[in-house]
Amino acid sequence: MPDIKSISRFLREYDGEPVTLMEVCGTHTAAISENGIPDILSDKIRLVSGPGCPVCVTVAAYIDKLVSLSGQKDTCVVTFGDMMRVRGTRYSLSEAAAEGGNTLMVYSPLDMIEHAINNPGTDYVFAAVGFETTTPLYGLLLDEVIKRNINNIKILTALKTMPEAIRKVSRLGGAIDGFIAPGHVSVITGSDEYARLADELSLPFAVAGFTGPELLAAIYSLVKTKGRGVVKNLYPSAVTAEGNVKARETTNKYFRSCAAAWRGLGVIENSGMVLRDEYKQYDAGSEELVEDAMFNKGCSCGEVVVGIKSPTQCPLYGKVCTPASPQGACMVSTEGSCYNYYVNKRK
Amino acid sequence: MGVSVERIETLNRFRDDMEELYMKITLAHGSGGQSTSELIDSIFAKEFSNPVLGQMEDSAVVEGSGRIAITTDSFVVTPLVFKGGDIGRLAVCGTVNDLLMRGAVPKYLTCGFILETGADTDELAKIVHSMALTAREAGVIIVAGDTKVVEGSGGMYINTSGVGFVPEEVNVGSSLCSEGDVIIVSGNMGDHHAAILSERMSIDNSIESDCAPLNEMVLGLIDAGIKVHAMRDITRGGLGTVLNELAETSKCAIELEEELIPVSNQVKSFCKILGLDIMHMGNEGKMVAVVASEDADQAVRIIRESRYGADAAIIGTVKTGEGVSMITPLGGKRGVGVLIGEGLPRIC
Repeated sequence: MPDIKSISRFLREYDGEPVTLMEVCGTHTAAISENGIPDILSDKIRLVSGPGCPVCVTVAAYIDKLVSLSGQKDTCVVTFGDMMRVRGTRYSLSEAAAEGGNTLMVYSPLDMIEHAINNPGTDYVFAAVGFETTTPLYGLLLDEVIKRNINNIKILTALKTMPEAIRKVSRLGGAIDGFIAPGHVSVITGSDEYARLADELSLPFAVAGFTGPELLAAIYSLVKTKGRGVVKNLYPSAVTAEGNVKARETTNKYFRSCAAAWRGLGVIENSGMVLRDEYKQYDAGSEELVEDAMFNKGCSCGEVVVGIKSPTQCPLYGKVCTPASPQGACMVSTEGSCYNYYVNKRK
Repeated sequence: MGVSVERIETLNRFRDDMEELYMKITLAHGSGGQSTSELIDSIFAKEFSNPVLGQMEDSAVVEGSGRIAITTDSFVVTPLVFKGGDIGRLAVCGTVNDLLMRGAVPKYLTCGFILETGADTDELAKIVHSMALTAREAGVIIVAGDTKVVEGSGGMYINTSGVGFVPEEVNVGSSLCSEGDVIIVSGNMGDHHAAILSERMSIDNSIESDCAPLNEMVLGLIDAGIKVHAMRDITRGGLGTVLNELAETSKCAIELEEELIPVSNQVKSFCKILGLDIMHMGNEGKMVAVVASEDADQAVRIIRESRYGADAAIIGTVKTGEGVSMITPLGGKRGVGVLIGEGLPRIC
């Protein structure tokens, strides 16, 4: 790999075949914006953001269910921050809370254990969204819940796994020439996960870290390997070929693979995780939450999360839809592509 | 006849209970009657003593002439006392700095306290003492005041208004930035915001609020005849918000170099872990000065030599165009927006 100066120059002056690359991780989307990377790339290299922000790919039916749970007697819905502001078909959890809904925001699912113990009369439901990276945390939560015999904690799942979504996105006609594979997810799954996909799709994958130079190196590698089904692990300090076996064991102990509904992609077989039958008592009704409907009919989130539209091509972007008054999930999440385009003034 | 040990213990307990009661603010302290006078005499008058306040009239009559700068600000920070400062010091610095940013020499402050029942009088006394010390440091006297008590749970809120006088030759304003001007910040960004957030989240670190009055650096620049076109203190909304306001008001563009923006390593890591943007972190003792390019080096020298200015740095320039942008260490350019949403509530 050449030094970073040579890589920057190559990418700035690149005048070959046009290349479209997708980053499939929300943290990458944010890091690309923060580092001003689009400004460094030649016009011939286009970056699009994929379905890698867990909040952005969550369907409306799931939010509606959370909203309705928050209004039930003696029930408290527990979430990470971003989830509060995403609207379902009518309301967001923040709006539900303002109307008297019972919600609690935490930094880790384990934080709610104390609440549950102190308030035995309240049922706590965690909004369990996330990818391969976050699912083991819910496993750890259940470990504790079972060990301490807590019977007022449940989870409502909308858990996703990446490979099948990537396969589907690559076939949507967005003409993706390569993927910046998600950094954190790869720590768990290992880089081997992408070998089969790369081979099958004849597309290159680069596993990347989160610094500016690491992302530039990944983009360089993908441009150089365009048209070839290869996987390059450019984040070897954190990602191994086989990944984190222990975390996967925790996941597999409690969860099994299932079909999952993605905003913009519909239902995809084997792209999600649900609780195994023997742990169903901890599920707050996650089945059949597949209906999706945009809060604002003009919202293009569905096309933005799969890279068909750039945020600026959405008719609502920057007009009625801003981070202060988000119409769709991509403008709510700090990892959403619309949010990042807006705050960093990307064109 | 001796008094029984039991009886003494009971009396002691009674006295402790009474002291405990006396330590807390009650609605009577805001009645305007005797309790109010006692509170004013025992805490405020003692600390803020000066001939104008001493007259205890309905309003203060003071000397002054020429162009007068006036400002007001309310302070609702939690916790009331934090590493590097407290709500009292903050209430003086915030208003004094607002006056300084127009090139005014701060002279007089008024202060209004709104106390919730249950507030601790010891804590109040400490806060008032800290206000008095800060006022002395900033060269202002507190000439009028008011105290009200509302039902609540021990909170305290302070409003301060300030008056300063703008020297004849000084003309500093947000609309006066022009192409070629240099952007200087007076020190590390984000300390106050990170200190408050650390207290609230019980994160143990040594980050201290930068809460300070900026008289020495500002008056130093003015006395040296530096061509200062605009000054702003970088409080809520952070550097990103302040620079966007300057660019918009002056109808110009501002271009920064990310690597030149001073941030302590500890605050940098703190922001990284919590996903905060240093460009939107609030400060309470930092300013941005927009100065003519020929004076920039001298201006930085003056600020660095002043109290609270050791880490001052040139971070960018004013250009034609609009908006604020930043060259990243990677060599890319990105836009810098204003703070969106509430950020962290009640940091000042």
